[in-house]
Amino acid sequence: MSDGANIVYRYDGTYQGFLCCVAQCFFDKKLPQGVQLLDEPQGTLFGIKAVDTDERLAARVERSLSVRISPLAQDMVRKGFLCCMEDKELRLIRFILKGYRNGARVTKLSVDPDVHAIDKALLYLKNEAHYHVEFMRFADCGGFLASMITPNNMVLPLVAPHFCERFNTGNLVIFDKTHGMGFVYQSAGRKREFFQADSLDLPEPSEEETHFQELWRLFYDTIAVEGRINPALRRGNMPIRYWQNMTEFQR
Amino acid sequence: MSELDIFKKLEILTDAAKYDVACTSSGVDRPGMEGKLGTAAKAGICHSFAADGRCISLLKVLMSNDCAFDCTYCVNRRSTDCRRASFTPEELCELTMQFYRRNYIEGLFLSSAVVKNPDYTCELMLSAVKMLRDDCGFWGYVHIKAIPGASPRLTEQLGRYADRMSVNIELPSQQSLKLLAPQKSKEKILTPMAQIRDGIAQNSREIVKYKAAPRFVPAGQSTQMIIGASPESDRQILDLTEALYKKYSLKRVFFSAYMPVVSDRALPAIDTPPPLLREHRLYQADWLLRFYGFTAGEILDEEHPDFNPLLDPKCNWAVNHMEHFPVEINTAPYEMLLRVPGIGVKSAMRIRSARRQCRLDFDGLKKLGVVLKRARYFIVCSGKSASPLPTDNPAVIAGAISERGLGQRKVDPPEQLSFFAPVREDGVKCLTGQI
Ligand code: SF4
Repeated sequence: MSDGANIVYRYDGTYQGFLCCVAQCFFDKKLPQGVQLLDEPQGTLFGIKAVDTDERLAARVERSLSVRISPLAQDMVRKGFLCCMEDKELRLIRFILKGYRNGARVTKLSVDPDVHAIDKALLYLKNEAHYHVEFMRFADCGGFLASMITPNNMVLPLVAPHFCERFNTGNLVIFDKTHGMGFVYQSAGRKREFFQADSLDLPEPSEEETHFQELWRLFYDTIAVEGRINPALRRGNMPIRYWQNMTEFQR
Repeated sequence: MSELDIFKKLEILTDAAKYDVACTSSGVDRPGMEGKLGTAAKAGICHSFAADGRCISLLKVLMSNDCAFDCTYCVNRRSTDCRRASFTPEELCELTMQFYRRNYIEGLFLSSAVVKNPDYTCELMLSAVKMLRDDCGFWGYVHIKAIPGASPRLTEQLGRYADRMSVNIELPSQQSLKLLAPQKSKEKILTPMAQIRDGIAQNSREIVKYKAAPRFVPAGQSTQMIIGASPESDRQILDLTEALYKKYSLKRVFFSAYMPVVSDRALPAIDTPPPLLREHRLYQADWLLRFYGFTAGEILDEEHPDFNPLLDPKCNWAVNHMEHFPVEINTAPYEMLLRVPGIGVKSAMRIRSARRQCRLDFDGLKKLGVVLKRARYFIVCSGKSASPLPTDNPAVIAGAISERGLGQRKVDPPEQLSFFAPVREDGVKCLTGQI
């Protein structure tokens, strides 16, 4: 396989579409210069190849990841696709091709620049998902609980199961504003669904919702011990990035 | 009292509970159950951090602050003129459920002042947690503070609803207790502690036999004591801590730097700053007891009854025992690796597994993520040292690894000590773990 075909792939941004890019590379026996989204503004020196998304092909590639490399590699690719990482698709493609050549060993090659970058990105994803489990806030919108998030990585698929299990008694909506991606859980029938949208409008908080938000802010302010105020420690434990979506800081 | 609205009550009963330091939600994994609200995660989950930097995991409130007792150090003592309030079980359940479903909290931490008498107080708390579990279907975390002097039957019933229970030892000695908390006594505190210990042991035997046996305090028991309100030495406190772990199988002992809130001749003056450095050192030493195989007697002894303000207890031990160093990274037993300043549990485990594959040198240690800043004075790799200083004079080493600035520049301790109390959850990721 040689590097640097003078071509850029464009795909629809879905995981299935990405897997088809992997297959395309495999057929072409060449790596593209880059992988972009279909709706990326024009302007590249290279030829463009639009890669179609074919679910059956995608499923075959997906299966090959665990069969020809290892289940761990498959997991890394799935989660790696959720990460924010420069040249994400290209790095993952190179990782997969290396995996086809080296087998399960590829996941241990932590000195390889691609594997190293993916490891780092996965750690970031995991940490960010954990911060969301801690700091996400829901509001009762009458009939469902809703939460707005603005993560750098696509943490939604990682955090959604936690909340479905925990809040199984009601309906849930989580919306990721950064990636225009949402999730709905309906307790009747335990239906879970992801959706895409540019934005999501929620109703104005009801009187009851405001009441509990105010009680929470009161609790938050009261629980701190005056003699020990420590802004640096608070920032260290709870990065300021998350504050914008937290009830206690929305006044 | 009835004219107080829920905002006032929440304010009063939070304010009265905030000095309690144990706010972890750890120790038990409980998957979701259809129709019930909540789950529990063994590592615990923090949901916010207050302005003092401490984790907020549980709704930490008192059932009531209308106390019949008169403990000198306490804001709620009978003889002070403070605002009094009590939650009804309904109010407490509503707050817990509504906060929980918005992901503000992991659960409830319920404590109480002594209303009328210990048994009456327990009945009040029991009616609240019963309603929370049975009627509201709450499946999240519940920490209940046992009331010393209550009848064992009530403590036992509370334990059936709690994930964790704690009995505060309050003060580090019997004399101090007598002086400052006249209605409490060592016996009244240790009796429920022993009862809970035995209840947990018996329950784990029941569960072996019969998996569906109802759980009793599955996340274990903890305690806390106030540091600096009474004259005990660090050594006395640490000895007591060790004894509590051993005799009562506690999960955690928490320390709380005394914050002068009331003036009394028997107490430090009202403008005394809380002894945060001391509290911090105690947490470090506590860590050494629990995870590093140290005994209290090794950390402090008769000649050195108090902590060194400039050196953490592990460094302090090392510079006083240079006869054990340097240790050879490639052959030293794991227990000895743990005693090297700068090598934490994680690093020691990494070294242990890496050296089975190949001989380690300093480069290799760096790749494993071992921080050599302090460790280099105490280790050799295949006989080679990386110490920039001769290691035969402990005073030189102590100077090189001391936390300069803590004692010399009189900086504001809360700012300086970025990791005092139990910061995050109990896990090894706690910063104080890497000492
Ligand atoms: S029993 Fe003592 S410590 Fe507890 S609330 Fe009453 S006065 Fe305070």
